[in-house]
Amino acid sequence: MSDPMQEIMASFFVECEELLEALVDALQTMADGEADGETINVAFRAVHSVKGGAGAFGLDELVGFAHQFETVMDLCRSGALGIDDKLLDLFFRCSDMLSDLVRASRDGTAIDAAGRDALLAELTLHSGDDDAGQQADAPQIDFAPMAIDLDDLGGPDGEPFDLPGLDDLPDIGDLPGAAEDETPLDGDAQRRLAVVFRASPELYESGNDPRSLLKSLASLAPCTITVACDPVSALPDVSTLGSRLAWTIAFEEPVQPNAVREIFEFVEDLCALEIRAGDPDITATAPAAGPAPEDAELATTATLLPAADEDPIRDDDPEGDEQIAEAPAAPSPDAARSGAAKTAAKPSATVRVDIERIDRLVNLVGELVINQAMLSQSITAENNIPANSSVLVGLDEFLQLTRDIQESVMMIRAQPVKSLFQRMSRITREASAAIGKPVRLITEGEATEIDKTAIERLADPLTHMIRNAVDHGLEPPEARRAAGKPETGEIRLSACHRSGRVLIEVSDNGGGINRDKVKSIAIAKGLIPGDAVLTDPDIDQLLFLPGFSTADKVSNLSGRGVGMDVVKTQITALGGRVGIDSAPGVGTTFSISLPLTLAVLDGMVISVAGETLVVPLGAIVETLSLTPGSLSPVSPGQYVVRVRERFVPVLDLATELGYRAPRAADGTGIALLISPEEGQLIALLVDTIDDQRQVVIKGLQESYGHVPGIAAATILGDGQIALILDPTDLVQNASLPDDSGQKSRKAS
Amino acid sequence: MTEPLRQEFAAGGAAATGETEYLSFGLGDAEYSVEIMSVREIRGWTRTTSLPHSPSYVRGVINLRGAVLPVIDLAVRLGLPATEPEDRNVIIVVDVETRTMGRRVDAVSDILTLSQDQLHPPPDVATSPGARFVKALTILDDRMVRVLDLAQVMPSSSEISL
Repeated sequence: MSDPMQEIMASFFVECEELLEALVDALQTMADGEADGETINVAFRAVHSVKGGAGAFGLDELVGFAHQFETVMDLCRSGALGIDDKLLDLFFRCSDMLSDLVRASRDGTAIDAAGRDALLAELTLHSGDDDAGQQADAPQIDFAPMAIDLDDLGGPDGEPFDLPGLDDLPDIGDLPGAAEDETPLDGDAQRRLAVVFRASPELYESGNDPRSLLKSLASLAPCTITVACDPVSALPDVSTLGSRLAWTIAFEEPVQPNAVREIFEFVEDLCALEIRAGDPDITATAPAAGPAPEDAELATTATLLPAADEDPIRDDDPEGDEQIAEAPAAPSPDAARSGAAKTAAKPSATVRVDIERIDRLVNLVGELVINQAMLSQSITAENNIPANSSVLVGLDEFLQLTRDIQESVMMIRAQPVKSLFQRMSRITREASAAIGKPVRLITEGEATEIDKTAIERLADPLTHMIRNAVDHGLEPPEARRAAGKPETGEIRLSACHRSGRVLIEVSDNGGGINRDKVKSIAIAKGLIPGDAVLTDPDIDQLLFLPGFSTADKVSNLSGRGVGMDVVKTQITALGGRVGIDSAPGVGTTFSISLPLTLAVLDGMVISVAGETLVVPLGAIVETLSLTPGSLSPVSPGQYVVRVRERFVPVLDLATELGYRAPRAADGTGIALLISPEEGQLIALLVDTIDDQRQVVIKGLQESYGHVPGIAAATILGDGQIALILDPTDLVQNASLPDDSGQKSRKAS
Repeated sequence: MTEPLRQEFAAGGAAATGETEYLSFGLGDAEYSVEIMSVREIRGWTRTTSLPHSPSYVRGVINLRGAVLPVIDLAVRLGLPATEPEDRNVIIVVDVETRTMGRRVDAVSDILTLSQDQLHPPPDVATSPGARFVKALTILDDRMVRVLDLAQVMPSSSEISL
């Protein structure tokens, strides 16, 4: 990290991610048929910016590919190429490849050269541009250092000078007649170009060197370079900061105007540049023949010079500021373009912050919450303060503030799921291509925000689910046609906030779960006994069993028997739940419900066998006060409680956690009704409910390891540690006879 | 926070004299010691929150300035008779590899400076349950001091997820 270049690279790659996101966004807009004229420009600019940045770091692979990509896009932009579904599909695949290349450059991993070359070939097909490959190679040209003395360049004599090594080139006047028309941007390769280049003072200030630009130009084709100097009236009036030189570069062989623009890409705002065909008239060029913005730019330079003259030794900064301030008044077309790109990419001001700093803040706020709780507990416990005293009122406000701070800090960590969804649209494309089912992914609620960690850890499960939906969920095109559905399958990926949790749904409009098949496979694999009687939801839950796979044949995508059980484990680890809803012939919906944040949790503080525990509030359906006789034994040590015409199995928490030996339930205490899975109800016996509060989650995993039935720990107001219950895990490990009987019994 | 300094100090001390400092503590009737460089701090006994389904020698977890610190009852771990915790007991907080853990011991007694040749390997015949935790023995004023192998004392992950 100490290497500044490394840091700049790192920020370039972060930018790339944003640009690629903008690119996919734009492509998606086009695919949805909502594109306007600006959309293709947004996409083009994104690719162009990636290319520009990559060029600066010498990432030739990236530059080469991005260049071809943008060439084709440019054709679309100019209307030379119509955008149809096939081309869009190519664009999508190219954007996937581009992000692969970016990632490969960042991590130094190998790239899929064959895939890239295939895409390049396809792109070339569209661009119909034979020398495009050559262009792509242009940045790879080795720039050998050349010694040119600035004195020579800056000589006030205005005499033409030749680049070393180019002395024997014919003079510009000897050029065969060049075409006269003024349409250099049409990309006519047969045109011989003349380039007039005048550096503004900022170009020198920002550390750019015209020599390297000239060298790059010379590497394109043999050329003659002439330098002209503005007339200087008297030496004392000469500003050392001014720019008086204009270079004219006449190429002797055809050169693509874009290749020239590329060289000036990074200084386009800092110089006046004119590319035209034919024999340039140096004296007339800048003021007369140049386009209007160029005039303005030069005028800026001119007006600044006298100011510099007044105080020749003044600091550079004020002048710099002034010029920056004036720059928008005279934007060149290119500057306007890049400016628009910036505004498009960043609709609101953002700050890029290291995630570690945020995590530190989150931790500190967590401490604050604990501290606040300890303070209020000790004040209320030890002093006999009247309820309306200023101390308690202040304490209340403190509590409110602490919560507000905590929420704000958590919001910093929250991010929209958009990036995740974009990855999924790529997964869909790849999956659809791999097994030849046309699929359309519809995303909803991309702006829904969830914790950053959750976004990262959702990628794997969602990938599984999307692939499953493509592979198993949707029928083959023939079957769809037969069923009277459109051939293109639809997968809907949506996110929304619902009652304090985030709900993410993956639904397909396929054939639904074939429950008979699922059941017979489960029996064949010995996952359930052959005579098991299962309800439809029970059968659906079988999909989550380890080792279950319904695919007739194992495809590349899925069907290796790992999948939904892993999905479930991963979601559960995030404090989430997975549910299935399926209707034959209509489709299947998998829903993931996640807590909003992974750092704080609303919990009920309970005590059992002298130990204090926290039960996540989200897991509790309701609480029951038991009366003697409300528990009915079904077998020794096994009880059920009747809740509104339903018998719910009872778990003694103290026994399950090993705090005390199993004992006969006397029907006193409190039962928490929890629902670890959709449709399942369990009553947890606890001694008392003490409090309901927000607790800060402290992981046990790192310091100790996994504890069965326990999700994490927290610190209560008295400084004591309380364990946070993991109801799902607890029930799974419980010594409870399960109705389907296939869960492993685990004695505590 | 003082990690680099500590390491430097440890390296300098060992290189200059060939000696290492040990923190010795009492456990039942016996005296044990650990390398002082792995000791992060010593704190008084506080009530622990017990962890369900944990091995008997894991006393539970305590709040160490906002961090969750597992505490091991060293006596139980070494196969000595278990005693009820008293207020006089202390928790030695040690860093082992990447983990930080607390150890409950009866009392801390001394800091010993031992050179390498004062340390003797434990006899092979030792069969007591705690034998594998003892790295070396030394005799000091007719007392035998056992040097503990901290990595061995740590509960292994297989033992935790019993």
